[in-house]
Amino acid sequence: MLRDDLDLDKEYSLSANHDDEHGKALRKKIWKVTIILTAITVVEVITGGSIKQFYDGAPNESWWMIKWGFILLTLVKAGYIVLSFMHLGDERKNFRYMVLGPYILFIAYLIFNLLAEASYWGEIIHA
Amino acid sequence: MAGHSENVDSATLWGGNGSPFRLSYGKQWMWFFLVSDALTFGGLLCTYGYFRHQYGEWPIGEEVFNAMPFLGNGFPLLYVALMTFILIVSSVTMVLAVEAGHRLDKKGVIKWLTLTVIGGAFFVGSQGWEWYHFIHGSHYGVILTPELMNDGWATIREVASGGFSLDYGHGQMITDPALVSQYMAEPLGAIQGANMIENEYAPMIPQFGNLFFFITGFHGFHVLSGVFINLIVLLNVKKGVYDERGHFEMVEKVGLYWHFVDLVWVFVFTFFYLV
Repeated sequence: MLRDDLDLDKEYSLSANHDDEHGKALRKKIWKVTIILTAITVVEVITGGSIKQFYDGAPNESWWMIKWGFILLTLVKAGYIVLSFMHLGDERKNFRYMVLGPYILFIAYLIFNLLAEASYWGEIIHA
Repeated sequence: MAGHSENVDSATLWGGNGSPFRLSYGKQWMWFFLVSDALTFGGLLCTYGYFRHQYGEWPIGEEVFNAMPFLGNGFPLLYVALMTFILIVSSVTMVLAVEAGHRLDKKGVIKWLTLTVIGGAFFVGSQGWEWYHFIHGSHYGVILTPELMNDGWATIREVASGGFSLDYGHGQMITDPALVSQYMAEPLGAIQGANMIENEYAPMIPQFGNLFFFITGFHGFHVLSGVFINLIVLLNVKKGVYDERGHFEMVEKVGLYWHFVDLVWVFVFTFFYLV
């Protein structure tokens, strides 16, 4: 039987070696992503350290905006890690959808179910 | 990696005698494993979200995690930010190792992979310190008092002028020295630090400690395994195993795992410490 993973003539990931020039461009991209990820983390920590959820016991009314800001920035970071560092953005479209599609579907369903259920029970317990 | 942009019609692609995804099976299955592992972590973080939403109230990350080694308390989020930075940097050194591998640059792979292993070890060590601090808790802990505020649980705080005050959260304090010393002399209960049964950060929410231990522990175990796997691959690189094969795809595969660990931490960082 022909083992396709050993057939180096074909364009597989195994034979995706590249030359120095291509490597230079890639390294530039890696450092760019590094700077973006670090900058996002710094912004998150400064925001988290300076804006409080409570001021002298009174809830900060605009905290929900900060919270969603954090979640959005997290998703941006996750996107950079998966698509750039893990090179999923460079794989074939079919494969990209096969990895991301089912996961996003299942996890979105789980988040919705659990949080809706928790809020319901919370209301009953605290009523 | 890059360079698969050429157009092949799907009849040829799916006609057999080749991989339609243009990926080796090793890389494909690493991805499938990561999807299943991501569902595990997703389930754990959703459980965390479940209890947070159910209780409505939850300890504030920057108040629980505000200590630095050698410097004491009063540095909200700084230590965990440092940990996050270490993990991101070790992820970067890993991509650079993979890139060097694509150029068949063995020396480069060894250099960057060694740095990745060191970064990972630093992260595990930091997490050990973080756990130690979480388990031992603040200097005085919390006590149970016959008050209605916060179900009676109060944090003991030192007052600048000497003596103590009792902090019930939400700006509610007892500062009367006589009452404070009476409550402190005969507390109805006291908690210092955290374990699987109770914790001083949220005396009414034992799940806070449980979820912290379980989720950061599960992640830490992934990092530890990653460090060992990276170390094994590093030794193989040194021995020249991948030179013989003509490609360094193994570095790419463990790289996928390593980036995944970084990815999970990004979410743990947000939901445990920031939000």
